[in-house]
Amino acid sequence: MISKEEVQHVAALAKLELTDDQLEMFTGQLDEIIDMVDQLSAVDTTNVAPTTQMNEQTNVFRADEPKPGTPLNELMENVPDEENDLIKVPAIMDKEED
Amino acid sequence: MNYLDRSIDDLHALLVSKSLTSQQLVQDTVENIKAVDPELKAFIRLNENAENEAEAIDNQGIDADNVLAGIPIAIKDNILTKNLITTAASKILDNFNPIYDATVIEKLKAAGMITIGKTNLDEFAMGSSTENSAMQITKNAWDANHVPGGSSGGSASAVGAGEIVASLGSDTGGSIRQPASFNGVVGFKPTYGRVSRWGLIAFSSSLDQIGVMTRNVEDNARVMAAISGADPKDSTSVDMPVDYLDKINDDIKGMRIGIPSEYFGSGVDEGVKAKINEAIETMKSLGAIVDEVSLPHSKYAVPTYYIIASSEASSNLQRFDGIRYGYRAPEAKTLDEVYVETRTQGFGDEVKRRIMLGTYSLSAGYYDAYFNQAAKVRTLIRQDFDNVFKDHDLILAPTTPTTAFEIGTKISDPVTMYMNDVLTIPVNLAGLPAASIPAGLSDGLPVGMQLIGNRFDEKTIYQAANAFEKATKFTDLKPNVKGAN
Repeated sequence: MISKEEVQHVAALAKLELTDDQLEMFTGQLDEIIDMVDQLSAVDTTNVAPTTQMNEQTNVFRADEPKPGTPLNELMENVPDEENDLIKVPAIMDKEED
Repeated sequence: MNYLDRSIDDLHALLVSKSLTSQQLVQDTVENIKAVDPELKAFIRLNENAENEAEAIDNQGIDADNVLAGIPIAIKDNILTKNLITTAASKILDNFNPIYDATVIEKLKAAGMITIGKTNLDEFAMGSSTENSAMQITKNAWDANHVPGGSSGGSASAVGAGEIVASLGSDTGGSIRQPASFNGVVGFKPTYGRVSRWGLIAFSSSLDQIGVMTRNVEDNARVMAAISGADPKDSTSVDMPVDYLDKINDDIKGMRIGIPSEYFGSGVDEGVKAKINEAIETMKSLGAIVDEVSLPHSKYAVPTYYIIASSEASSNLQRFDGIRYGYRAPEAKTLDEVYVETRTQGFGDEVKRRIMLGTYSLSAGYYDAYFNQAAKVRTLIRQDFDNVFKDHDLILAPTTPTTAFEIGTKISDPVTMYMNDVLTIPVNLAGLPAASIPAGLSDGLPVGMQLIGNRFDEKTIYQAANAFEKATKFTDLKPNVKGAN
């Protein structure tokens, strides 16, 4: 069972805002989905290692040699608001952090 | 130019003999798309530069030894194409202009293929019907009231309707194979690591792979070979010989094919089962040794997938925050509002649902019960397959439990929609290669046969698929497409 409060909390963690109607709808749907995934608790996984990667690879490094980076003008191309090659955002209005 | 009756070989012959130039081919393709696509809506955007690219190839001269030279291809819109807007079918990227090509695009260009346009998908590849696209609803090539499947619905529909001879898609839980099955085309997902994910907009990094859809098996192998190979920019890609065509014309006498009993349960439609059973008989008549096998943890695959995929997606989609690219909420007054309003306005419901499920699964107090447990069950699912492949060459099963369902009928119930992928999801969890091959029609709609191979054994899938295609000619079946011919 997932409660509306938990859904609200999770949405906030994910930087999403839900209307009351959406909170209602998503809580119902997530509840069903969580019921479905709760089946996994029935599986005996004693001594089973979690899968952490697909192809048994060890660290993949490149040679420690400098290479050209991406030109700044290209990186700035899709920035919604910029000034003097800096990305512009609204000020953080108060000291509140979440 | 409609591609319903032409293979890449046919087109190559025309180009080499100069009966057709690549530029004319591109023009004819675009004309046909303009006739067919207003109804089908497979394409989000066409490449305005395609004719110039074709002209350049014509000027270089068509290489008689390169069958892909000068051939147009469609690209799912979650694969970055430099200077061609790439949206992931999301409002949050509807103005995004990539500054680089995905590695697969670079490889296609090196092979002389021309991107004709970007195809529709479920937003961020999350979905099984392409109904989650923020852009438009794509229709099934065989019946406009039915979904094309998803998430690579546009790519599958475009090939199915003869708009294009080949397309790229991506497959995380079945997103190439399921729409291929629904549209009667060949859809291939390679072994995890075969194809670079550099430039694929990430959904679930341990599951995503790019693959190919075509009208026939041999075309598919050729395009798959062109996009495969280790890439220093994708450290999950591996260096294995690309030998997909090595056995493609070999017979399959003595090939050991396993039929998993769990894939023929009550959830699978009788019409689909009938076609797959006929396919099994065909394989036997071609000399394959067929028997029943078991993949005991199959029923845990869907919940395992939804936890892992959503968790990885919740992390991958954190980058969409209105700061460096894409949509930024115009009314945001503080930095936090930029993040929250941008994401709230920019993402659709299914994306939000999965982000929330993933965030929940990874959060303190739930990580062990959900994410870690899912990762362990994933190991068991993988072992099930490894056990079968100890003494089998291939696994054969239906690709989907039903044929294409009607638009609007499943979209309001997420869990019902998730069950569409019950037969394809285990393959991604195990990282194996698999294809959907046309296996006939049921009530006028295509049925796909799924062939699953051992890790890095794409060539055995192609061998069996080609033998099956030659024996049955199901890839010759075609829908009635308005404007064709």
